[in-house]
Amino acid sequence: MKINTINYELLKKPISLIYRKPGDRIFLSMAVFLGISIVLLTIVMAFVLYGESKEAITRFGVLGFPLKAVWDPAINLEFGALTFIAGTLFTSIGALVLSFVPAVAIAIFTAEYAPRWLSVIVDNLVNLIAAVPSVVVGIWGIFVFTPWMRDCVYMPFFSWSTDNFPALVPLLGNPIGFGMSTATIILALMVLPYTAALTRDAIRLVPREQREASWALGATHREVILMAVLPYSRSGILAGVILSFGRAIGETMAVAMLIGNKNTLPFTLFGPGATMPSVIINEFREAVGNIHYSSLMAVGLALFAISLIVNLLAAWISRKFAFAGGQMV
Amino acid sequence: MKTLRYRYILDRLFLSFLVINTIIVILPLLIMSSYVIVNGISALNLDLFTQELGSPTRAMQGQPTGLVHTMAGTLVVDIMALLFAIPVGLGTGILLSEYPDHILNPVLRIMNDTLNGMPAVLKGLLAFVLIVKPMGTFSGISGSAALAIVMLPIIARSTESALSIIPWSIREAGLALGLPRWRVVLSAIVPAARTGLITGFLIAFSRAAGEAAPLLFTSFGNNYLPKHWTGMFFGPVDTLPQRLYSLAISPYEHWHRMGWAAAIVLFGFVVISFVIAHLASGNNLQKKGNSR
Repeated sequence: MKINTINYELLKKPISLIYRKPGDRIFLSMAVFLGISIVLLTIVMAFVLYGESKEAITRFGVLGFPLKAVWDPAINLEFGALTFIAGTLFTSIGALVLSFVPAVAIAIFTAEYAPRWLSVIVDNLVNLIAAVPSVVVGIWGIFVFTPWMRDCVYMPFFSWSTDNFPALVPLLGNPIGFGMSTATIILALMVLPYTAALTRDAIRLVPREQREASWALGATHREVILMAVLPYSRSGILAGVILSFGRAIGETMAVAMLIGNKNTLPFTLFGPGATMPSVIINEFREAVGNIHYSSLMAVGLALFAISLIVNLLAAWISRKFAFAGGQMV
Repeated sequence: MKTLRYRYILDRLFLSFLVINTIIVILPLLIMSSYVIVNGISALNLDLFTQELGSPTRAMQGQPTGLVHTMAGTLVVDIMALLFAIPVGLGTGILLSEYPDHILNPVLRIMNDTLNGMPAVLKGLLAFVLIVKPMGTFSGISGSAALAIVMLPIIARSTESALSIIPWSIREAGLALGLPRWRVVLSAIVPAARTGLITGFLIAFSRAAGEAAPLLFTSFGNNYLPKHWTGMFFGPVDTLPQRLYSLAISPYEHWHRMGWAAAIVLFGFVVISFVIAHLASGNNLQKKGNSR
């Protein structure tokens, strides 16, 4: 009897509001608020960069700024970002070209050939390359890689070409070690894990039947991979390449430490150059005068625009790829 | 026509091509880490963890110099950044995973990936304009804010995937008990996904700990410990990656050696957290496999 009355009392007690609909509403709206703040960050970034670079844009023109190759913070105070846009595109595309074949090869090796223990080791080592801080790569580049490249690759090649092929010399540029090619090679190493990882995932998504059909036709392992597996995983590889491109554009510290920092066109193969992030890093702390500061912000805005396009493209491709289950043509 | 023998030879050549490429990629990593370890260990000493850096003459005159202010600053800035980033990242992850039909989700997912792909320099510029400029001084807080933006998308994404592993039946059990949805998420789902969440935090933390670019114009750097503890938050603070950059491009032999020491500390930290994160997620997968 007594127990019954107690239960009855409990039932009559009103349930606290947060255990009913309002509680859920508050929780959801908090989550939405936090989520919106992420969306807002990107939008605010665009507005802030535009606001700060307005002075440079109005002075040099919307098209004049990115299409002019002048960077003169000392005398005439004239600025144009073409040098850095070109430097970023050259190094990034060069890095993609250099890293593409090894990245796909390593993905095929770990996904198709290597025994399980070996593929786990290789996968983790490749992921570790992406995890190494870019300043650590930079200090190794400054003190070990660059001197070695200068003494063993650039100098011999340069002296060979002065003796046998003088027409090539202006294209090669100063073989001081710090320069476009050094930065590109290091950049290739640093973005390779992204292409490799997405290619590996795409290869693992290829259905068994696809391979078995090819095996049954009498194909060798190489033919199975080249004719059945790789065409099927094309879009995954493409998404990986675009993602790597995005990383290569934004890679800052290692490039700034190794590229040699020369703010004028034309660039040469071995000679120094500059990229958009590297010029921001090098000059931002010492920007004197509003127009220099504003121009650096405008370089940042250009970097933002390119990076936004590349990332949206990658998102679009990988979404399409995920929906189609790898069967995108 | 291609004979079978020819095709077999091609097959072998293809495999050796793959192996050679794999070695070409792995070799630089091994060479680099061996240089960092050898040079770093020879540069490590006790002074490094007890003394301030001071001016360059201090090192040239052979007085003890170290990076204690850098290590302290790194800890303060990075942990504060994690504290800024966790609530937002967790909230976003919960929204993405627990309310899969929410209208915001497709946009949020794309914007999150975009923010993740944005160069870290730009996050530094954002923090500079929003915090350093109004405050009028470089500060630890602005550095933390910049790093928090680096961590945010990583935490959001890893939270989403950690929560979505938890089977729906657990949520249904909670709802069947009459619990509201928020209580199910906070008391059943989040504790169950604990390991995955912490792994995600660790990955974000180690990624941000290696970033120098956003810190150069937010926390700026400092050769000394701040005189008062508030200086860690409201004054310029030294951090490991940014100090490593300054040491590496400096013209002093002593500072180069200290740069290697900073490199091994940073490298060791990143490798250790990488290994821990992978062991944790590996265990998680095994448990999942066993319970089936």
